[in-house]
Amino acid sequence: MPDLPPVPPAFIYLLGALLVPFLRGRARQVVALAIPLIAFFNYFLIKDGVTYWTIPGFLDFEFVLGRADKWSLIFLNIFTVLSFCGILYIIKDNKALDLSAGLLYSGCAMGVVMAGDLITLYMFWEMLTLGAVLCLLTRRAKAGRNAAYRYILVHVFGGVILLAGLVLHIAGGGSIAFGGGKENVIGLSGLASWLIFIGFGVNCAWPVLGSWLTDTYPEASYGGVIFMATFTTKTAIYVLSQTFAGEEALIWIGAAMATIPLFFAVVENDLRKVLAYCLVNQVGFMTVGVGLGKLDSSILYESQALNGTAAHAYCHILYKALLFMSIGSVIYRTGKSKATELGGLYKYMPWTCLFCCIGAVSISFPFFCGFVSKSMIMSTAAAENHFIVWLALVFGSAGVFHLAGIKVPFFAFFSRDSGLRPKEAPSNQLWAMGIIAGLCIFVGTFPNAFLYPMLPEVVDKMYKPYTWAHVTDLLALLLSSALAFTLLLRAGFYPAAMRSTNVDFDCLYRKSGKGMYFAFDKLFNGANQFCKTLFFDKIAGALSSFFVAAPSTLLSWFAVPVWKIQGKSDDEIDCLKENLFAVGRAGAFPIGLTALLGVLLLALLSVIFVLK
Amino acid sequence: MNDEEYQSVPAKEGWLDNPKNVQRVLRWLFISCAFLVLVDCVYPLINHDKHPYFKWEKWPGFYAVFGFVSSAVLVFIAKHVLRPLVMRSEHYYDEKGDKKGGEDA
Repeated sequence: MPDLPPVPPAFIYLLGALLVPFLRGRARQVVALAIPLIAFFNYFLIKDGVTYWTIPGFLDFEFVLGRADKWSLIFLNIFTVLSFCGILYIIKDNKALDLSAGLLYSGCAMGVVMAGDLITLYMFWEMLTLGAVLCLLTRRAKAGRNAAYRYILVHVFGGVILLAGLVLHIAGGGSIAFGGGKENVIGLSGLASWLIFIGFGVNCAWPVLGSWLTDTYPEASYGGVIFMATFTTKTAIYVLSQTFAGEEALIWIGAAMATIPLFFAVVENDLRKVLAYCLVNQVGFMTVGVGLGKLDSSILYESQALNGTAAHAYCHILYKALLFMSIGSVIYRTGKSKATELGGLYKYMPWTCLFCCIGAVSISFPFFCGFVSKSMIMSTAAAENHFIVWLALVFGSAGVFHLAGIKVPFFAFFSRDSGLRPKEAPSNQLWAMGIIAGLCIFVGTFPNAFLYPMLPEVVDKMYKPYTWAHVTDLLALLLSSALAFTLLLRAGFYPAAMRSTNVDFDCLYRKSGKGMYFAFDKLFNGANQFCKTLFFDKIAGALSSFFVAAPSTLLSWFAVPVWKIQGKSDDEIDCLKENLFAVGRAGAFPIGLTALLGVLLLALLSVIFVLK
Repeated sequence: MNDEEYQSVPAKEGWLDNPKNVQRVLRWLFISCAFLVLVDCVYPLINHDKHPYFKWEKWPGFYAVFGFVSSAVLVFIAKHVLRPLVMRSEHYYDEKGDKKGGEDA
């Protein structure tokens, strides 16, 4: 290959994202598809262990846009492959926003994995949010716009925490260098590192922090969700592996992620939401892997855990994209994604159904990609004697196959006949799914062809997935999980798919607005009402009636004795008094009376003055 | 897209519309499960390359039993504990007067 200098992959994609809206028709399609191909060629020009594209002298910091090592290259590889398939999947619609969003999102993710310093990392990290928001807007519906708004709120929250952590870290004398070995591992030690840890955790969809994922992914467009499912969580896994590898907290966080979301997935009706919960489950496996491993370690299992994480990220991206694509094609053809509305589509969309099934078995069946990666993490957890974590991972394996592997294809393509009779997915979507399905099988069958040689950590003994015991154990686990599904379903015990919303921690921010509105309504409007009653109605009214009645009352004290002396009867006095009060209320005293009142007041003052 | 397009293909008879074929699939599932348990019992007798990390793994049929029980427990807890806790109306998050969330034209 000629010695061409590589260019930052992020720039290729960002240029493409800017160019695409200005093109029309076939030209737009050609450019959008050419960008990932150029980036793929560019990928082969980038050499392991070389640092490219540094911008020195900016605020005394050196920005590094291209720190190439095996970690960044394996992620760059799968991101490039996926961006091509994702763009191919949506190319037929030829919508500028969709294509630009996909290219921008891919470019930013590549910017993160190639970043060699924390500031560059942060800039691309925040731009990822922009890409995701655009993918949500491509739904072109109110649901998508609302989800985009929520997505921004949560990620700005996470981004600000991360920024605070980075500022404290750098101000406290920490290096801005990122990745490339154990000397740049931050580790949990003080406030700065905790803030960075949590900031990364928001994107990694940790428990409580990560409910944005299952909240927003099902609201994206049928194609946008493929980019979303690929980039955000996997870049988070990448940065965690470079900054917090070997942190024990990650093992427990990952174990929680691998188990809890599955329960939600069982009762969920929206199939894309089921897939999103299963995505969190699989990211949980990777999080455990990061927690178990240590960078540049000479201990076999620590290196193997990290290799398992990288391999699983690679394979997971493939089959999760395939599953989201197959359900996306169903949405494209029928507009529906809920288990209650689908069924029996295998007759009408046989290829889509086949690819969905390949995606399903790729989660962990032998000869499919998940088998050769996930077990590296599980066997490390066992070898390091983390019994509970290992149990959680085995449970997570059985459960995720039960859900993403059986529930999703079953309710979408088999189950009852829903009466829908759609056409097969368009050919560009079938090709995109076909390429990924082929990769799932190839990587699973021949892991030593290119997946294992790409793994970042050096081990003296490469993991061997295909042992007789491993194959039979896993098959027994998966098939008995399938058996449980079948028997529960036929016994009528499986929870019926119901049209419903299941609240998750997303209600913290989706309902808290309403809660705050309610609280503020009661507190401030209540105070307002109270003050109005007190000052305007009660006090002002009392003062007003006092000042209206006072002159008449005062006068009547003088007038009544005078009238009595004049010999007027009680009835006449009452009548005169009423007249006097009517004049007082109207404020229409004759001048003589007003003067008399004035004289009386002066006399009173004089008496007070004299007495004093 | 409109409803007509969803119905754009004439109705077809599928392979699984025949109950016999469903029975056939189920039979194969049962047979393969039984076969795998059998292999798990016999295999350690003829070969010793299995290196279990925990003693549970040595029990014949551990993975088969674990897979079945854990799936059943998963479904049971989700159905009887989680669903009563988290299930709300389908329009729980919708604003008033916005029951559909409406697709744009």
